[in-house]
Amino acid sequence: MLYREAGQYKTSYAADQAVFPILQDRIGLVAILLIAFVVIPISGSEFLLQAMMIPILVMGLAAIGLNLLIGYTGLISLGTGAFMGVGAYACYKLATLFPGVNILIWVIASGLAAAGVGVLFGLPSLRIKGFYLAVATLAAQFFLSWCFIRVPWLYNYNISASIEVPTRTFLGIPVTGPTATPVTRYLVVLTIVVVMTWLASNLVHGRIGRMWMAVRDMDIAAELIGIKLYRTKLLAFAVSSFYCGVAGAMLAFLWLGAAESESFNINQSFLVLFMVIIGGLGSLTGSFFGAIFIWGLPIVLRNAPGVFGLSITAATIEHITFMTVGALIIFFLIVEPAGLARLWQIAKQKLRVWPFPY
Amino acid sequence: MNILYQIFIDPLVQMGTAPDLLVQTLWEGLVAGVLYALIALGFVLIFKASGVFNFAQGIMVVFAALTLVGLYERGVPAFVALGLTIVVMLGLAFAIERLMLRPLVNQPDIILFMATFGLTYILIGLGEMIFGGDPKVMITDALYLPRGAIDVKMLGGFVSLQKIDIAAAIIASIMVAGLAVFFQKTRIGRALRAVADSHKAALSVGISLEQIWVVVWFAAGIVALATGIMWGARSNVSFALEIIALKALPVLILGGFTSIPGAIIGGVIIGIGEKLGEFYWGPLLGSGIESWLAYVIALIFLLFRPQGLFGERIIERI
Amino acid sequence: MRMRNLIFGASVACLVGAPVVASQALAEDTIFVPLLTYRTGPFSNSGIPIANGMHDYLDMLNERDGGIGGVKIAVEECETGYKNEKGVECYEALKSKKPVVVNPYSTGITLALIPKASVDHIPILSMAYGLSASAQGQDFPWIFNPPATYWDGLSMIIKYIADKEGGFDKLKGKTIGYVYFDGGYGLEPIPLLDQLAKDYGFEVKKYPVPPADMQNQSGLWLSVRRDRPAWMIMWGWGAMNPTAVQEAAKINYPMDHFIGVWWSGSEDDARPAAAGGKGYLSLNFNSVGANYPAIQDIQKYVVDKGKSQTQKDKVGENFYNRGVMNSVIMAEAIRNAQQLTGKKVVNAEDVRRGFESLKISGARWKELGLDGFAGPIAVSCTDHNGHHAAYVQQWDGTKWVKISDWITPMKDKVQPLLDAAAKDYVTKNQPWPKRTEACDKSS
Repeated sequence: MLYREAGQYKTSYAADQAVFPILQDRIGLVAILLIAFVVIPISGSEFLLQAMMIPILVMGLAAIGLNLLIGYTGLISLGTGAFMGVGAYACYKLATLFPGVNILIWVIASGLAAAGVGVLFGLPSLRIKGFYLAVATLAAQFFLSWCFIRVPWLYNYNISASIEVPTRTFLGIPVTGPTATPVTRYLVVLTIVVVMTWLASNLVHGRIGRMWMAVRDMDIAAELIGIKLYRTKLLAFAVSSFYCGVAGAMLAFLWLGAAESESFNINQSFLVLFMVIIGGLGSLTGSFFGAIFIWGLPIVLRNAPGVFGLSITAATIEHITFMTVGALIIFFLIVEPAGLARLWQIAKQKLRVWPFPY
Repeated sequence: MNILYQIFIDPLVQMGTAPDLLVQTLWEGLVAGVLYALIALGFVLIFKASGVFNFAQGIMVVFAALTLVGLYERGVPAFVALGLTIVVMLGLAFAIERLMLRPLVNQPDIILFMATFGLTYILIGLGEMIFGGDPKVMITDALYLPRGAIDVKMLGGFVSLQKIDIAAAIIASIMVAGLAVFFQKTRIGRALRAVADSHKAALSVGISLEQIWVVVWFAAGIVALATGIMWGARSNVSFALEIIALKALPVLILGGFTSIPGAIIGGVIIGIGEKLGEFYWGPLLGSGIESWLAYVIALIFLLFRPQGLFGERIIERI
Repeated sequence: MRMRNLIFGASVACLVGAPVVASQALAEDTIFVPLLTYRTGPFSNSGIPIANGMHDYLDMLNERDGGIGGVKIAVEECETGYKNEKGVECYEALKSKKPVVVNPYSTGITLALIPKASVDHIPILSMAYGLSASAQGQDFPWIFNPPATYWDGLSMIIKYIADKEGGFDKLKGKTIGYVYFDGGYGLEPIPLLDQLAKDYGFEVKKYPVPPADMQNQSGLWLSVRRDRPAWMIMWGWGAMNPTAVQEAAKINYPMDHFIGVWWSGSEDDARPAAAGGKGYLSLNFNSVGANYPAIQDIQKYVVDKGKSQTQKDKVGENFYNRGVMNSVIMAEAIRNAQQLTGKKVVNAEDVRRGFESLKISGARWKELGLDGFAGPIAVSCTDHNGHHAAYVQQWDGTKWVKISDWITPMKDKVQPLLDAAAKDYVTKNQPWPKRTEACDKSS
């Protein structure tokens, strides 16, 4: 009833091709941005910001990065964690070598380092496909994880082999380090994520995105219509790693405040992969749905017994959480293999004709 | 020059001066390789018959071993526990087929792959809930598995062969031979190969896919149990074993996803390669290179043969 | 976009709701002590007994004495799985419930929490783990790591080795192997190890164990067989420990020359190697066994009543007792805080003061029903560690046996490194908050 496009005429091609062609969608988007930028920082508890919103945004951005690779270009990668690590360590090196430069510049620049490494490890994709490629990217994962410990230069010879994030300010307000308030860090993360999501949206709706999708659907056919495979695939690796790198830099600088090699291990890669698949391959919104689901569900489950006044030991809750997450992953895959994004689309479709579906 | 010497000459000198250590390294590599190969075998069985890349194979290893030891600790005699564990694995195979594979039939590979991740989570939670997260000592003696080592004097030193490792190698060969006979000679085995060739054709000649899937998952469960017993006897049964199962992945891509001999040979190449690399070249790079060397070896092989050593040739048509 | 709102709304409701309800459940007059534990994952073999010991002792105080100074302790476990992200999440979730002290039980989580705790004003007790440099009370007023740092531990091991070899001069030319967990925890002792190697003229061979290969160490021990170190030192944790002991036995390494730090000395580390593990050494600073009145009380009030997750035969094992000791230190700090402030319900700031003037003498251990359970502990404003002694224990095939006297650390070697490391930490993390907290005279 409310969500109906009747009477919204499109008078130009641009309007017809808009990302959000329906007025209600645009209103919804503005509403969400308003909630995210205004309501949550004002009303959210510290825990909500620090343990829910920041991780979801950071992981969501990493999921977008991986989604560009798997969902849009059809190249499976299990090295996301390592590429995030490259971002984090690059950001740390840059921030400590050039303390005078604004930290936010380095957070973005660290993505470039990750992109470079991503291209390097993307080279095998020119020859290897499918699961074979997935396992090949594991080489990147384990090799880089090893480097994060074995190359002490990367963490400035810290005796604990961890990176400790120094305090840096932006316009006089600390944005990283222990004195930065969760609200500041949340707003910085949110801004970066929103801008980068908007860029990604433009990218996938444009020529490059269409090239990627052609490669995904059938690379030989794509080659026949004049798409240069190596350029397209490597570009996908570069852009994907760029996003993962920025996410990694934010993980270390704006979320945890310290990081070590183990923060970027294989489990991190799998976690992001879950998000992408549960959220929906080839959907940017889906990446966030996936992040909310995979990150939020265990937290909700963990807090649930307390809400109902049950006393279950922490270990049992953890076991139940594991089983529930596992069962829900399978359940969602059975119900809707195309992910939460597809469910969302179906819901919108239904809503369009509600309450008279004829 | 010095670096070149250290990379190319020094290891060879070491090999020459201490040949017993070289033999020992090769042996350790072989044993590790056999164990990797056993995990990889579980992957291959399932991939061949159902096209599922079963990520849960590693946790199935832990789960099977944990069930065995857990039952024994609760007072069940060892061989009864072994039998019961096999029943549990059969039950698991049925449950997986009924609740996971059947509803997901005809979905893209990556979806099935993800589903096995879900399975991994369920098995981790279930295993820890029932048997506890603390590691358990494998019941080596109760199963009449050998303990101790044989020291063979040779080449001016000695080579220590663990009896359990020898047993592992023998059991692995028996399993591979058994599987080969099963595939070649039995009705179900032939049906399995038919399914591997083409699901549709197999269905049209009246082979029940459901039944085949239960059989392969059960077979993979048995392989997992054997692997779990062997790894468990070498260190002990804990959830950390699951991480080692990842080492089966380079073995897989090296051998090819669909080849049983490939899994064995791939396992041995990876096992020996990584032990030699760690032992002779590791110190140059600050050690610990074992964690990634296997993947790099596999990657190099892949660049020359994108389908693995024994995989089916990938033919692409428009 | 409504669905997204819905999910947001639901999760927000759950999250905001959960702490509110839970904190209502906590009565006004309790002291909240959260425990970050890990009973799941690859490190659970080390994590479970410690979690049990910590939890049971606090439960026992509640059951037997009605808490500390008449105030009940509210204990809550948060499962970290030894993962940093989870640990930080636990910390954030627990922060709102006003904890008086946090136990991270992971070096990685401790490192992530050190800067946060200093800002949030919550004391962190990292008992003989975490950042060695945090022993410097002037720079880290909120972090406590008694009774000894990793560096103290390493210096004690070297002292023990020198003693067995017949003097420090005998170390010259010897090779000492160092097998370690390839992460912050295992890397930390290396600067001191290199320093001591230079000072005493021995050679160090390092054998890192990557986290993914904890149960796959055969290649590493082959290198040990080649290099033939006279002594092996281990800095292991989780599934790495039992595997290392087994592999050492496999290559016939003399087990009485293989010595682990205090985190590599649980019964479960040595037991799987069966006869091969006999003779394995490890450092320890608490006693093993259940023959202490306080531990008997735990049996009586908690375990026998089925209020614990502990199996009966595990009470009194080394890591269980380690957990008990951890809780004793917390309980004593809380009690001390009550005495200092005269308040019953103390807050985090009070407990910090309680820690800073903490003294557990031999007599006090006896009063606690733990006569001879551990050495005396003293913490001061400048020294948050105390650099106390430890002893060496040996596995006789079924249990740990104390085989050495208390060994004191080489303070002269450790202190300069501590000073330098603390200074380095502070300069790298500028602007690091200056200490403003006043110092209490120790009670």
